[in-house]
Amino acid sequence: MCGIAGLIHRGKSSNVGSELQGMLQALKHRGEDSTGYALYGDTDGKNFIMRFKVGENVGEGSSSVMEDVSVYDERKKIVDETLAEMGAKVVKEERTLPYSLRYEIDYDTKDLLDFSQRIESIPGVEILSMGKSLEVIKDLGNAKMVCDRYSLDKVVGTHAIGHARMATESGVDIKSAHPFWGYPFSDVSVVHNGQLTNYWNNRRVLENKGMRFMSECDSELIAVYIAEKMRHGATLEEGMKESLTGLDGVFTYFVATKDSLGMAKDTMAAKPLVLYESDDLVAMGSEEIAIRSVLPQEIDTYDPFDGEVKVWQI
Amino acid sequence: MANLKTVSKKSKAQSMGMHTEVLTGRTQQKFFNPDEAENFYYFGTYDVDFNKRTELDVKDMTAPEANKEIDNLMSQGYGTIVIKNPQGKHSLGVGILNKLNLIFEGSLGYFGMGSCDGPIVRINGRVGWSCAENLMAGKVVIEKNAGSCFGAAIRGGDLICKGSVGARTGIDMKGGTIIIGGDAGAFTGFMMQRGRIIILGDVGINLGDSMYDGTIFVGGEIGSYGSDAVDAELTKSDQDWLKRKLKVAEIGENFDVSKMKKIVAGKKLWNYDNLEPTEKKGAI
Repeated sequence: MCGIAGLIHRGKSSNVGSELQGMLQALKHRGEDSTGYALYGDTDGKNFIMRFKVGENVGEGSSSVMEDVSVYDERKKIVDETLAEMGAKVVKEERTLPYSLRYEIDYDTKDLLDFSQRIESIPGVEILSMGKSLEVIKDLGNAKMVCDRYSLDKVVGTHAIGHARMATESGVDIKSAHPFWGYPFSDVSVVHNGQLTNYWNNRRVLENKGMRFMSECDSELIAVYIAEKMRHGATLEEGMKESLTGLDGVFTYFVATKDSLGMAKDTMAAKPLVLYESDDLVAMGSEEIAIRSVLPQEIDTYDPFDGEVKVWQI
Repeated sequence: MANLKTVSKKSKAQSMGMHTEVLTGRTQQKFFNPDEAENFYYFGTYDVDFNKRTELDVKDMTAPEANKEIDNLMSQGYGTIVIKNPQGKHSLGVGILNKLNLIFEGSLGYFGMGSCDGPIVRINGRVGWSCAENLMAGKVVIEKNAGSCFGAAIRGGDLICKGSVGARTGIDMKGGTIIIGGDAGAFTGFMMQRGRIIILGDVGINLGDSMYDGTIFVGGEIGSYGSDAVDAELTKSDQDWLKRKLKVAEIGENFDVSKMKKIVAGKKLWNYDNLEPTEKKGAI
């Protein structure tokens, strides 16, 4: 079933980590195999923040293969060496869990494709996000468990999107969890609720164009599809509008960039979305109770119609 | 009125040898009682006084707890209940088979007022997906917007949304009336089998797709017609009925119904032919 939630504060920052945690926890009955956050935090914008993993969570319920923890250190060492070779300087390093790392990197480039390809050519290594504001954090369990594990409740920023996943078409693991980074674009992330029926056709076309897929989760296609459109000059909104006909199936999805948040709903309106919009805040989720976790007072909400695309700026 | 909660397990029908089994657990089977002339009441319903009014704050309650408390209040004879702080909770007010004035001071989540028969409900907020699904009788008024599958499979009663509604409004409806003050989404009246839908605003694509019967009236623009949905003549009788209905519904009383479009089933779908199932199989 899956649940998605997102919010954007316009003209100010707020504790988006805690707010999104509340929204996703309210949706945990829609799936708690894994939960993911894409948080756009307040930063000075100088360095890239790279969230990456060197292994999988092999805890209870995971469909991943058990590995010796020592391989995580070996992979991290190769990542460090590769970064040094590319002239990327690690300014700050955090290792929240043995398999999950956060680097702040001083690196001057506008093309993350080559950078990402070199890092991800290391077996077992996947970049979860890359950007100057975006941080994607995803792991097994419900919203509160993931929030506590990564201490996300104090993250201050302008906007965020998240996903509570019930695994259906791919495994219970971090690589299949949402949000997906819009590889290789800085600060682009996607969450999706639904099923895409032309996943393999689109994937083959996009792979031939040099785009990469890390999982077999159909939702990843949206991130890659939008990224590919933007790579060829489309705006976020244009890419999203093209997706309404380019993607087949039922879907409601959110895309976020460094300074914007968008939603799209398929032409059959088969997947739910409730939306609250004011001058200061836009909050949306699969169910109204997600919005109520940040706005308990009586508010006016509505369901966007079929084939609707909306984009808001911070 | 017999309340079957108080009827002993060995009913008169059993004494007469009409059946011998003794049902236990959560069964709601009602046994025939030859002494009872008429019984228009459901199992477990109550005599309530509409002038007896109370408030119930459900802020810290789960939906089952809130619904149980509504039932408890009805058992005490309360005929008017005001629900405070529903805060978008799912499945509130479901399964009420009683005459009751129920007022929600706020919004409901999914499946609000589902499977009801008889209550008069006013929701001073918004409702999520599948509001009033399977409504049998009564009246449900929503002051703001509604989600998709509004009034799915209703059999009777009036379901009124003063705002706009999502997709698949009145899907599979088998009776009753749905009135929308604003716009409606795609696939409105999808596979409807009877009843009427009135939309004062615009409606999305595939209106009345695969409808078997029933009537849809639209005041605004139509995105597109669904399979076998066709225009029909808006008669004087239709207009009189629309005026009456909109007045009773406290919505669009001054709306110019003479310009409304009337959509019905063309009855050209394959299932309207004369073939029996076995013949169909042979034809395929």
